[in-house]
Amino acid sequence: MNNWIRFKNSYFFYSFKHDFVAITSFIIFFFLVSVSFLAPVISPHNPYDTTTIDIMDSELPPAWMDGGEDRFVLGTDNMGRDLFSTMLYGLRTSVVIGVGAVLFQAILGIIVGLTAGYLGGKVDAFLMRIADIQFSIPYLIVAIIAMAVFQIAFGLDRFEQLALPLLVVIIGISEWPKYARTVRASVLGEKNKEYVEAARVIGLNRKIIMFRHVLPNTMTPILVISTIQVAHAVMSEAALSFLGLGMPITKPSLGSLINIGFDYIFSGSWWITIFPGLLLILFTLVIILFGDWLRDVLNPKLYKG
Amino acid sequence: MKHLLHIKDLEVKFALRFGELTAIDGINLTLDKREKLGIVGESGAGKSVTGFSIINLISKPGYISSGSIEFEGKLLNDLSAEEMRNLRGNRISMIFQDPMMTLNPVLTVATQMTETIMAHKGISKNDALDIALEKLEKVYIPSPKKRLFQYPHECSGGMRQRIVVAIAMLTNPSLIIADEPTTALDVTIQAGIMDLLSELCATEDMGLMLITHDLAVVSQVTEKIAVMYAGRIIEQGLTKDIVTTPLHPYTKGLIGSLPGRGQEGRRLAQIPGMMPNLTEIPDGCAFHPRCVISEQVCKEARPDLVQINPGRLVACHFIDRLS
Repeated sequence: MNNWIRFKNSYFFYSFKHDFVAITSFIIFFFLVSVSFLAPVISPHNPYDTTTIDIMDSELPPAWMDGGEDRFVLGTDNMGRDLFSTMLYGLRTSVVIGVGAVLFQAILGIIVGLTAGYLGGKVDAFLMRIADIQFSIPYLIVAIIAMAVFQIAFGLDRFEQLALPLLVVIIGISEWPKYARTVRASVLGEKNKEYVEAARVIGLNRKIIMFRHVLPNTMTPILVISTIQVAHAVMSEAALSFLGLGMPITKPSLGSLINIGFDYIFSGSWWITIFPGLLLILFTLVIILFGDWLRDVLNPKLYKG
Repeated sequence: MKHLLHIKDLEVKFALRFGELTAIDGINLTLDKREKLGIVGESGAGKSVTGFSIINLISKPGYISSGSIEFEGKLLNDLSAEEMRNLRGNRISMIFQDPMMTLNPVLTVATQMTETIMAHKGISKNDALDIALEKLEKVYIPSPKKRLFQYPHECSGGMRQRIVVAIAMLTNPSLIIADEPTTALDVTIQAGIMDLLSELCATEDMGLMLITHDLAVVSQVTEKIAVMYAGRIIEQGLTKDIVTTPLHPYTKGLIGSLPGRGQEGRRLAQIPGMMPNLTEIPDGCAFHPRCVISEQVCKEARPDLVQINPGRLVACHFIDRLS
């Protein structure tokens, strides 16, 4: 309760209340995430249940167009799945992969960046060169090779079950140097401050100083890049799925839906690509706008309070 | 009797690219329980390095090249890193200049206090909180229960320095090294913190090493003073002796440049020149270029620190002329 009052009176909440873009993007983001997680409850069809799908319903246009049916508000895809329901399920997959991949890369990057920055010297040089190497390889190439290898190694059936965690790991691995660099940069600034010296004088050991004293002081940049990175991860997943290396056709994410629709766009079924595409744009846009606002608020140089 | 702290011929060097630089050149100091020792000197005289060398935390290129430090009968030079860490913040505490900087801005007072206790004593968080509360009361913080769960930025400067003192007291150390503890505070709060420190010294059975450039503060609080210049002690003795009858020309200059009663309207005395950079300490007596009584011998030979009265030591070639 006390914390809530504190939060309500903070500069953070104040500037949130007075920023139209921040409120709008946060509301839309919150709405999309809750809708996607409530997908099993609110969506009219279950696209994962193959027994309810009728191939005769395929490529139906949205309900308001000629030939559209009321059952399928936004039309159907090439296999007769309700596009609206599939998009909700797809968005859920995208959110899970986006957040999961960011958590993965954040943990990896923070540990590496903190160790490199705090210990310095040879450890620093070694870890940051690994990060440089990782960064110099385009993630799509890594992902394409890895996913192709896994598809062959596990067989298609097993791969379909493992696609989600694999995507999390691959997107996570390809982006961790961003965290490592950001964290290292701010650790270098923090570690010479007197409170770190005071902590050493108190006799605390290195691990406690690193994780309990230095890390919380580097949280601001971590928070800011995290929002951008979620948007990035969602887009990466969409890109991979679009290339046919992401989520399998039976459990489509937004990217795979766009890919499916791409084959039919010239035969006039534009809605299969356009609607998931718009949803993807909206979702990443609100995250980036919110992240932008967060960066401005948490930047002490711009602090006007 | 064994001393609480006994520094013998301590020498600290910094290994730099262009060679070695001697920051502390053979100093001897002793400190007993309940005793308050002031170390005075200009910036760069080696005061802080002395403090840091006791807890073995001299920053990187620096190291103790020779000499020994004995604390509670144990030779600190021999201790392993682990044993040394157990000593720090446990038996020896340190207080720094700026309380705005020494408290971690993102952790509550309670977190920072309990952490210290739990790092040294295997007790539960609740017990640690009790101790923290008791210490906050001891340093006269009003409504300590409320303060405990606040962040450093919610407290004033004097309050913060009191919290820092409380943190230093947490484990009942027997030695507190205070490195310019009041420089960042205004004068009234300064007096409060100094009173607090000397009171705690008596009630908690501690030794206090007060490192400062502020002679006024030192003369109020301490019993003994060591005056440092360019890495050496040049005069040492009881506070009242040194303040009333300074012998070394440098100490005379320091005392003389203090504003005092009966000299309104007159110019303050000052010591000409600057303290030499540690890379270019002059031969002979390091003070000779600024000294008013220097002669040829001062440029050639370095004066030893000799005892002139029991407990009174001076390093100058012209001791007989000084008083």
